[in-house]
Amino acid sequence: MNAVAESNEQLSQYLLRMGDNCLILSQRLCGWTGHGPTLEDDLALSNVALDLLGQARLWLDYASSLHPTKRSEDALAYWRDAHEFRNLLLLEQPNGNFADTQVRQFFFDSWHFLVLTALSNSTDEKVAAISTKALKEVDYHVRRSSHWMLRLGGGTELSRSKLILALEQHWNYVGELFEMDELEQEMHACGIGCDLGALHAEWLAYVNDVLGKVELALPSRTPFQSGGKRGKHGEHLLSMLMEMQYLQRVHPGAQW
Amino acid sequence: MVNQQASTERIWEWLSGIPDPEMPFLSIVDLGIVRDVHWEEEQLRIVVTPTYSGCPAKSHIDASIRNTLLDRGIEHLALETRLSPAWSTDWLGDVAKAKLLAAGIAPPMASEVPMRKLEYRAWSIATPSCPLCGSASTTVRGEFGSTLCKSLYVCGDCANPFEHFKCF
Repeated sequence: MNAVAESNEQLSQYLLRMGDNCLILSQRLCGWTGHGPTLEDDLALSNVALDLLGQARLWLDYASSLHPTKRSEDALAYWRDAHEFRNLLLLEQPNGNFADTQVRQFFFDSWHFLVLTALSNSTDEKVAAISTKALKEVDYHVRRSSHWMLRLGGGTELSRSKLILALEQHWNYVGELFEMDELEQEMHACGIGCDLGALHAEWLAYVNDVLGKVELALPSRTPFQSGGKRGKHGEHLLSMLMEMQYLQRVHPGAQW
Repeated sequence: MVNQQASTERIWEWLSGIPDPEMPFLSIVDLGIVRDVHWEEEQLRIVVTPTYSGCPAKSHIDASIRNTLLDRGIEHLALETRLSPAWSTDWLGDVAKAKLLAAGIAPPMASEVPMRKLEYRAWSIATPSCPLCGSASTTVRGEFGSTLCKSLYVCGDCANPFEHFKCF
């Protein structure tokens, strides 16, 4: 493999991480369509899903253009098996109840905001353009999910107890968000990626600030689950992909 | 083809006749998504900047541009999608804002300064005036409306619900 092909392969893997995060969370959120607790929230969750799907297309389209076999963005979405997906474990967690969905969203949106802010200064022009564009949308998402932390935490005893449980359950997956593995390090070193470790303190400060407004705090234990970025997923992703990919696999090339 | 090349002014006029599929009372030029039109010898280049990444109308708009120009005899078209600089509702002109108001949709206010640092922000304190009675006493009911680009409000005076074209 020559140097250009190798660096393209690395960038393509990095773009898959960004794109798969958006795609998998988008698909999860689509599960709320028609089931939202109120019409307004049904619309909001579906629209956040739509934003993320649009972002997923931008990342996957770029990834596919670098791929030696030029698999299209659709092929990347529908014809990869679970171990080829590079999304964070947090995002494949089932929707659970409304508090579970909002906590997953809150952890991700605040992280996504920081990552996209950093990537807006990427040395790769396309990465910078996609990030700047997506950041405007995520600015809106993070405000919404943060607002829900306050509403659920400061709502009824029931909403508060469900929020506390959801924070407990999703906390295990947060460590992976800031993990600098070999690929992240190389992308950071060449100026395309960013230093996730350096964003950790800012993320914690923000999340604690929001939760502190309703006198809640993050669990004190160290989050320990990771592997999604390297293709090691839990069973939840499998059943989700079966649903997401079913039509294309049974009727290859089917179109609306 | 021996036809003389249409002037870019003419082409802008034709593009002004293409409606946005979701809000057909606005044209794609009103929306500010057409960024550039110019001839590169025999080929016409049109640069379009999408509104939201996930806007489902994008492919429809691209097809409308191609078809409209093909009908006018322009066969060699390069349609470029440009992400940067990102689209902003500040690109909507006064004409577009008046059309929105006439359709009962509160037009976008000047876009907020984007959040540079991650810090808690309540939903914007400034709310749009009611497009129906003009009252300034309105409250947000939903962060999104029937399309990605809108949010839902209710008027405290005339009690009507209305949509607001979000600042973006």
